[in-house]
Amino acid sequence: MWAYRISIPAHWRRLPARYRLEGAECEDCGHRRFPRPKLCPKCGSKNIRAVRLPGGGRVLAHAVVETPPRGFEYYTPYVVAIIELEDGTRVFGQLTDADPSNVKTGMEVEMTLRIVRISGETGIIAYAYKFRPLMQGMC
Amino acid sequence: MEKPVIAGVGFTKIDRHWDKGLRDLAAEAALKAVEDADGIEVEAIVVGNMMSGIACGQENLGSLVASEIGMQGLPAVKVEAACGSGGAAVMWGAISVLSRAFNSALVVGVEKMTDLTDTEDQTSALATASDYEYEVFLGATFPSLNAILMEKYSKEYGLLDEDFAPLPVLMHKNAVDAEHAQLRFPITLDQYLKSPYIARPLRLLDASPVGDGAASVVIASRDVVRDSDHVVEIAGFGSATDTLATYVRDDLTRLMAGELATRRALRRASVDAGDIDIFQIHDAFSVIGFLNLEAIGIVERGKAHKLIESGDAERNGAIPVNPEGGLKARGHPVGATGTYQIAELALQLSDRAGATQIPDSKSGIAVSIGGMGANVTTHVLRRVD
Repeated sequence: MWAYRISIPAHWRRLPARYRLEGAECEDCGHRRFPRPKLCPKCGSKNIRAVRLPGGGRVLAHAVVETPPRGFEYYTPYVVAIIELEDGTRVFGQLTDADPSNVKTGMEVEMTLRIVRISGETGIIAYAYKFRPLMQGMC
Repeated sequence: MEKPVIAGVGFTKIDRHWDKGLRDLAAEAALKAVEDADGIEVEAIVVGNMMSGIACGQENLGSLVASEIGMQGLPAVKVEAACGSGGAAVMWGAISVLSRAFNSALVVGVEKMTDLTDTEDQTSALATASDYEYEVFLGATFPSLNAILMEKYSKEYGLLDEDFAPLPVLMHKNAVDAEHAQLRFPITLDQYLKSPYIARPLRLLDASPVGDGAASVVIASRDVVRDSDHVVEIAGFGSATDTLATYVRDDLTRLMAGELATRRALRRASVDAGDIDIFQIHDAFSVIGFLNLEAIGIVERGKAHKLIESGDAERNGAIPVNPEGGLKARGHPVGATGTYQIAELALQLSDRAGATQIPDSKSGIAVSIGGMGANVTTHVLRRVD
């Protein structure tokens, strides 16, 4: 079925967004948006420049998927969430490395690159951003 | 300007129709509506549908429906606005008559969902109503996006799990009397609370069922309709869009497109929401039903559950909501649902709604929502004596 397949060009053209969270900033009003829009959604300006968004943020709202779509059976149950990044930009994504019952709205998370979906036995393995609970490291 | 009128109504029962395909359902509803229109000649066809390409491998539904009912030769197209396709199709039918391009238009909302036999495939197909590249690709399902809104709404207004139950409980109660409804059985608060999560905090009994169905109306200009006791006119329509993706919205629990579409429809009809007798809302999930009621403006934000609890939304209440059981229990064959709403209102306003009849109803409003409030069409119908 169509939902198993990820088209190579369709994935390839979104790699800057999917691999490094590239969004955009309006050079006139400073508004930031993910993904990069054609016009600034706040002021209408066409002066948009690509920016790499910060990887850190917090969970604004979340849900636990118990009934998955095709291609996500392996991860179920999994958490999807609206993440508010440190600069205020919002991103939708899946949480990883977290027990769904321990995920709380407001918790700090950081972006990490993970396999999102494997497109059948002959298709591509699509990587993109997911978010994990902020790792407590040494620095 | 003379308002277009609903000259004929027809629909199928909503069910898992294993023995009927897309063309069978569409033709059954369309032929009933044409028969009900009593001799009015159809000049154009508008089909409302969301997912026939994915679910049945069939597009070009204008030609499919026209040829299936022996009307090949007529202009016919499909209108798509995700789960709001049925309402959008009615509006474009009404516009084609209002513009005088045609004297009449046959609108057919149809969806055959169960040719996708696995839940995973149905879930994937429904998810195409949201942003594929930036939500669905990453694992979003339509229920999970609603669950996110449910969590946000609960936190903002201090709702508990059980506060969402009154709407599905009322919808199931109403559907018992509706012959065409898919889920004609009552449910209790206890059953609600014990029903499994589809996407926590959203439960199975927050969600409308998967089903097949078709609904049809003949829209005609007033002067081709024979005089009868009650004529139901499309007094107003309004439509609006919001961002396709949910996560970018500043105010996640406000249906901006719902407010805009409804305000436009009410203005066109020159009425206030408070003067409307029957409310058809898009309760695909309990939370979106609440947001829908709030977008119409008949209840304050965060208070929709209180309105349902108060009993005012029952068929004999002051503001009856979904007298046939709504999406939750009448059923939600996605692209057909908006047309069901209009067909049901037309029957109510002409005293033909049988066991679900609300006596002396003069006006009704129907809100048809596509995606996460991303594409909304509102109609105001009025009985002209």
